[in-house]
Amino acid sequence: MSTDSIRWPQTETAAHPLVDKLHEWVTTVDHKRLGILYIIYALVFLLIGGIEATVIRIQLIRPHNDFVSPQVFNRMFTMHGTTMIFFVVMPVLFGFANYLIPLMIGARDMAFPRLNAFSFWMTAFGGLLLYFSLVGANGLYGAGNAPDVGWFAYAPLTSRTFSVGHSTDFWTLALLVSGFGSIGTAVNIIATVLCMRCPGMTLAKMPLFAWLNLVMASLVILAVSPLTAAQLMLLVDRYLGGHFFDTQAGGSAVIWMHFFWVFGHPEVYVLVIPAFAFASEIIPVFSRKAIFGYPVMVAATICIGFIGMSVWAHHMFTVGMSSAANTFFVISTMAIAVPTGIKIFNWLATMWGGKIEFKTPMLFCVAFLFQFLVAGLTGIMLGSAPFNWQLGNSYFVVAHFHYVIVGGILFTIFGAFYYWFPKMSGKMYSETLGKLHFWLFLIGFHLTFDFMHIPGLLGMPRRIYTYEPGRGWDVWNLIVTIGVFFQALGIVVFVANLVWSYFKGETAGSDPWDAWTLEWSTPSPPPAYNFAVIPTIKSRRPLWDLKHPADPDWKYE
Amino acid sequence: MNATYIPLQQPFTRELPSRGRVGMFVLIAAEAAIFTIFVVAYIFYIGKSLTGPTPQDVLTAPIFYSICLLSSSVTIHLAVQALRLGNVSVFSRWWFATITLGAIFLYGTATEWHRLIYRERLTISSNLFGTTYYSLVGLHGFHVVVGLLCLTLVLAFALTGRVKHEHAYRVDVLSLYWHFVDVVWVVVFTVVYIVGR
Amino acid sequence: MFVLAVTGAIFAIVFSLLVYAVAKFRRRNDDGREPPQVYGSNQVEVAWTVIPILIVVALFMATARVIADIQKASPSANAVEVVAIGHQFWWEYRYPSLGVVTANELHVPVSDPGHPTPTFIKLLSADTDHSFWVPRLAGKTDLIPNHPNSTWIDPHEAGLYLGQCAQYCGTQHAKMLLRVYVQPREEFNRWVQSQTQPAHMNSDASEGQRVFETTACIDCHAVAGTVANGRFGPDLTHLMSRETIAAGAAANTHDNLRLWIRKPDAIKPGSLMPAMELSDRELDAVTAYLETLR
Repeated sequence: MSTDSIRWPQTETAAHPLVDKLHEWVTTVDHKRLGILYIIYALVFLLIGGIEATVIRIQLIRPHNDFVSPQVFNRMFTMHGTTMIFFVVMPVLFGFANYLIPLMIGARDMAFPRLNAFSFWMTAFGGLLLYFSLVGANGLYGAGNAPDVGWFAYAPLTSRTFSVGHSTDFWTLALLVSGFGSIGTAVNIIATVLCMRCPGMTLAKMPLFAWLNLVMASLVILAVSPLTAAQLMLLVDRYLGGHFFDTQAGGSAVIWMHFFWVFGHPEVYVLVIPAFAFASEIIPVFSRKAIFGYPVMVAATICIGFIGMSVWAHHMFTVGMSSAANTFFVISTMAIAVPTGIKIFNWLATMWGGKIEFKTPMLFCVAFLFQFLVAGLTGIMLGSAPFNWQLGNSYFVVAHFHYVIVGGILFTIFGAFYYWFPKMSGKMYSETLGKLHFWLFLIGFHLTFDFMHIPGLLGMPRRIYTYEPGRGWDVWNLIVTIGVFFQALGIVVFVANLVWSYFKGETAGSDPWDAWTLEWSTPSPPPAYNFAVIPTIKSRRPLWDLKHPADPDWKYE
Repeated sequence: MNATYIPLQQPFTRELPSRGRVGMFVLIAAEAAIFTIFVVAYIFYIGKSLTGPTPQDVLTAPIFYSICLLSSSVTIHLAVQALRLGNVSVFSRWWFATITLGAIFLYGTATEWHRLIYRERLTISSNLFGTTYYSLVGLHGFHVVVGLLCLTLVLAFALTGRVKHEHAYRVDVLSLYWHFVDVVWVVVFTVVYIVGR
Repeated sequence: MFVLAVTGAIFAIVFSLLVYAVAKFRRRNDDGREPPQVYGSNQVEVAWTVIPILIVVALFMATARVIADIQKASPSANAVEVVAIGHQFWWEYRYPSLGVVTANELHVPVSDPGHPTPTFIKLLSADTDHSFWVPRLAGKTDLIPNHPNSTWIDPHEAGLYLGQCAQYCGTQHAKMLLRVYVQPREEFNRWVQSQTQPAHMNSDASEGQRVFETTACIDCHAVAGTVANGRFGPDLTHLMSRETIAAGAAANTHDNLRLWIRKPDAIKPGSLMPAMELSDRELDAVTAYLETLR
């Protein structure tokens, strides 16, 4: 079933004037194009969020630094967190999901292509709205300023009394708008996975990527909605004189925390489960073995989804809940370590006895395994309430969650970029530059985030624009900041690789990795209709069956 | 070949569920989660207002209007049934009845709010009860309005002869939304007019 | 420590397995055949489900015990009781049974393990969320408006313990520092004694006192025994008994005090004390007056 002979008519598209091309992209409802739009959008915001992080770290490189004022610093960390979560990681994950799910399940597009486009543009607009605050929040007369209430915007700091002007409103509205986009995409993913699989593909024969994105989408539905509700309540408080979070009127600041973290905790599973999906596709291919324990991987993920909805108040251990409540959230938080640990063991077992090829995608996924292990363990530590009373809201927490999001999620995202770049662009990336990116970023990541645990252990709280000398934090902050420059360099190499390879890379062919899922049976890049004939499959690895007719998977599954 | 919209192949009708129903159920799940948070806030704040009118003082259960709204679920069901049998004119009549009942409900909410605001001086900013009451009932009312807009659009299509027997599936999916709105009202009614008083 | 030991052990084991797998199972130049495809193994999977569950149960039990011990403690008869009220960006301390009102520097008696005299601190907030964190004394507990909390400390060694606000509360969250002076009993008693006196009256400073009392200072600040009883800012009755000003942001020296009154933003930009636009003479007079408030 060689598809190398089918070539996408490049010459025809090259002749179109720019305006036509732009019009095509702006009005597209094709899941592949929307996927690419999401991904490029996320890359742009990755650079912006990275600049914000760099500003933060330069300010903190030594005590009593005055690189930026406290007001600017507070906006930096608010915008950095909000941007990275809502306008980098979520869009890039939605982008990959949109691009790959129909291809992997043998469909021609997502269930609701127009809803898909609507969701993307809502998300995109939300990001622009958030950044418009830089000029618009104080009215155009002032310089305007970005939100500075922290990405979780605790009440009553967000009330009219303490957050004067409109910066908080930009935060609220931007997330409200992009939240609708997220819910739309989640509806699409669920409907696509449940309703559009090709013949022979029962749920038990779906690629893990599709399963895990199904769980992720379900979590989005259950988690983003509480945030939407809380933000509507905040708007009622700020504009209609409501008292949802007005402690002067008997309202509760703690209830904002509950509502926010009911969103916030499942949100991190929304972020990490697609990362697991990438790892679950890449690790088997580069170990040359099927994933170990497919049914358990699915079950563990569903467990993570369920348990993940019940752990939220471990972000609130210091708030003064009863010991019964604290104890409950300790047990649920520790319980989630079990299915998560099982997944790590399964990936390890996939590699065990394999023939591992250390191409760039695999390098990133192996680093992910080590780093996610550490992140999970620091999470267990933080999940123990007494530990949390010391380490909560300190740089230990910042180190922990960056270990998960950067060391875990971003690393697998890089892996996914390299793995599927040939499919999306038709070109191979430069392996040398890929490895350079990996090593630069690995060094920078560890310099920054390994050492970041230490100031936390020594008592440094988070969200402070400066700190006192003599607390023992100085040298560690210096090392942490140095790591940033390695990461920045790594990102520059990464973007350069993508751009250069897109124009000058070798032709990739439809299956450069000798992989086994359906997307590798299409040309690179796939035509608009994806498959000339909708395939009928018999096992979880249809291309393995085709390549090994004497030893197909369906004999063993 | 440019990227114009290529008609999707119909999903193979083996055991796979239909996209419209799945999509609508998922949307309903999301909306249910939003309403749940407002209900939780309402319940949490029962009895916590520092001042002002209390539910016992000012609320009277809108029984008649609730019956109207809940009956509209019956009428919409009958409408969908009729369309499935191909009976467009019967469909149109039941559909119109649904819209009317929904509109009566909204009228009831409007009069109740008018009384609460102008006679009882309960506004969204009076106290915790006001804030949570108007938010919860208002959010539901907003969903009723959106539903009525969609239903009216379909009625317009029906009256101009554009609705046919093969549209029964789509109309059924829309009716799921309407049933959801009714179920939410049952919950809101229970929490606000029964539990909260 | 138990938690640390367990997580450390898990890390060591899994890390070694990962390193081993990465090293041993690299593709070497071979016949290009695929390795044996192993789809799963029930025994292994059960094992690595059951063992983590047992570990989690053990960790949980250890944790639950500590939670109960810390949270169920209540003030004994000889505990010192303090009410701490968080403000943007300073700490108000009241000792209800001792009649002391002060700000920013907390004094507590050292506790003898044989006859403990812990300090119980009730945590309230006047505006937004804060958090009381002095790492060497206790874990942190938040100060949340309309949600009273409490914490307790039982320090066995005298000394100065440093901390700071640990819940983002606005622009100057970073400089809402904590200084807890744990003192031997006699020293603590002497401190309480001096704090309960009304303000020193000094006729030399009457010019400064006049400026203080006729400008808006008394809207926010209190000086016991005078007409000043504002509650928005720190109580200044015994200002000179403190080593720092502005919640630890600057040492309590003549120059800093003068600078703070002239332009608070020079020390703590974004703090809620406005620059009072005093003339140089008024500034010197007020500073001199404040320096008499021992």
